[in-house]
Amino acid sequence: MSKGLPETRTDAAMSELVPEPRPKPAVPMKPVSINPNLLGYIGIDTIIEQMRKKTMKTGFDFNIMVVGQSGLGKSTLVNTLFKSQVSRKASSWNREEKIPKTVEIKAIGHVIEEGGVKMKLTVIDTPGFGDQINNENCWEPIEKYINEQYEKFLKEEVNIARKKRIPDTRVHCCLYFISPTGHSLRPLDLEFMKHLSKVVNIIPVIAKADTMTLEEKSEFKQRVRKELEVNGIEFYPQKEFDEDLEDKTENDKIRESMPFAVVGSDKEYQVNGKRVLGRKTPWGIIEVENLNHCEFALLRDFVIRTHLQDLKEVTHNIHYETYRAKRLNDNGGLPPVSVDTEESHDSNP
Amino acid sequence: MDKEYVGFAALPNQLHRKSVKKGFDFTLMVAGESGLGKSTLINSLFLTNLYEDRQVPEARARLTQTLTIERRGVEIEEGGIKVKLTLVDTPGFGDSVDCSDCWLPVVRFIEEQFEQYLRDESGLNRKNIQDSRVHCCLYFISPFGRGLRPLDVAFLRAVHEKVNIIPVIGKADALMPKETQALKQKIREQLQEEEINIYQFPDCDSDEDEDFKRQDAEMKESIPFAVVGSCEVVRDGGTRPVRGRCYSWGTVEVENPHHCDFLNLRRMLVQTHLQDLKEVTHDLLYEGYRARCLQSLARPGARDRASRSKLSRQSATEIPLPMLPLADTEKLIREKDEELRRMQEMLEKMQAQMQQNQAQGEQSDAL
Repeated sequence: MSKGLPETRTDAAMSELVPEPRPKPAVPMKPVSINPNLLGYIGIDTIIEQMRKKTMKTGFDFNIMVVGQSGLGKSTLVNTLFKSQVSRKASSWNREEKIPKTVEIKAIGHVIEEGGVKMKLTVIDTPGFGDQINNENCWEPIEKYINEQYEKFLKEEVNIARKKRIPDTRVHCCLYFISPTGHSLRPLDLEFMKHLSKVVNIIPVIAKADTMTLEEKSEFKQRVRKELEVNGIEFYPQKEFDEDLEDKTENDKIRESMPFAVVGSDKEYQVNGKRVLGRKTPWGIIEVENLNHCEFALLRDFVIRTHLQDLKEVTHNIHYETYRAKRLNDNGGLPPVSVDTEESHDSNP
Repeated sequence: MDKEYVGFAALPNQLHRKSVKKGFDFTLMVAGESGLGKSTLINSLFLTNLYEDRQVPEARARLTQTLTIERRGVEIEEGGIKVKLTLVDTPGFGDSVDCSDCWLPVVRFIEEQFEQYLRDESGLNRKNIQDSRVHCCLYFISPFGRGLRPLDVAFLRAVHEKVNIIPVIGKADALMPKETQALKQKIREQLQEEEINIYQFPDCDSDEDEDFKRQDAEMKESIPFAVVGSCEVVRDGGTRPVRGRCYSWGTVEVENPHHCDFLNLRRMLVQTHLQDLKEVTHDLLYEGYRARCLQSLARPGARDRASRSKLSRQSATEIPLPMLPLADTEKLIREKDEELRRMQEMLEKMQAQMQQNQAQGEQSDAL
């Protein structure tokens, strides 16, 4: 995705580029120059290193939303993904957690650091989704929230005096939790993904997958993929945004194994002399990071280690641009320039 | 004191022989949202393959599906005893995006069976009454929730006075032991809060030995039963063939009491309480329905006025009346009222007699 940068990128997004970490070359590369008489090393390949240093200084934002019925392990999974208590966990049985009557949107931010890189992670929880007797249109508050973040960003973008780095609260990734019924998607799952796959990157996951045998898992996944296809729902990584053959081959493999069947846990157990995250049952210990047990490791590598940047870029270049274009069309022009009312009061006593 | 042997102690054997000849009818309803392992559990409980030809419709079809009631019958024979088991299924329950009132068809079905029985009982040919009343409802609760969901509560409140409810946690292999305990506790608390009456397993006789009593208490403590079903025979890592589910991290054994409560459920439902469930259905639930029905019939004028105004407001929950001709009904009511009065008088006389005897006995002891 870093190859085809459109010209309309803002400076803000530029500074957040984190290219794939590459080992520094031991020996300066031989110049492949047009002029055969020019010998010597220019050093433009150090741009990668310079960008990396800048990113480490400024850090970057990542906003992940989790959607699904209560009790599917959403908070536990996010905590397991980022190896910290980043999501408010309502799974403590002693607490009097009442299911909210309408869908609420709760965003919690944390700064986590690894290898000198700072990430401001925001987890957006959606308690109340799918829990009522009547769940008609329960996705609307979620769609509204996502569009509000696009609107916020748009307002900052069209300001005359723009901030150096526009705070990015847009939802980069929406993890949708499918209940492991073993039959097929539920009508609510279809409705949600139909409405939201056009505004945000949706990554469907099969929650609490430790109730399905290997056979049941693969049959269920096949059925889910087919249902999504039949209903024209494109989950991330969307086929239409594959840039080149390399992308396509890599993403095809991923698409074929989605939705990932995951298990989350915040408890550690001793297995073969190692401490592992897992769930202990009378018939065995389920190891979260063991690929023979579940696909948590695949999900983590996918979302964090290989496609984190791509998720942000698709959000910015595609979903946000779609929103922006629609707003410009609807308004017949740019939205009104917002002058911060408090600032103007200060400067005009 | 020497008593001559009369011989009516053989009565239970006679009853047993008669019922063996007659066979045994039982109607079991299974309810809960789809995907909780209901069909697999029924197949495991009765070692049948009732759901072989079942096709689960895909999500798009279920978008506009309404709840249907399906009945399946199977004859099971074991040890010379024939059981005619009727299974009532509720596909579509809890599936739609909007599940408001989705329990009404179920309530109506249960009441229709009562109505049918009432009609038969009041009719002329009472020798061959077919008992199609629902004797027990196994309600499946999701192991993925945090207790009863709003839909669970709504359904249970709508049917708890009309059918024996046995709550069950499906796909219990999703839970670690602590989670199972916590979930059971939460469900029990919620049932109490919402004042939902589930089927109470009767206390065992006081002359049973301590072990049996303890076992009985343990079984009662494990309600709602956390079950896992399977019809596949697997090897448990060793050489023993067991019914279970094979995972990469181990095998869940359906009949292992440390793994799930399947054995408890089977014992309590099939092995010891089938008859009691039928009796409670007849003596308590059906009688309650009958009394409500006949009481409202007894005041036809008031009823009509009330029902007319009710209809004008909302008729969604109107209970259909048995369609007996009015004259017959009134005669019936009068007859039954007479009977009730006579029985009450007799009871009072007997009570007075007993009290007298007791008082006399005390006097003679004191002397």
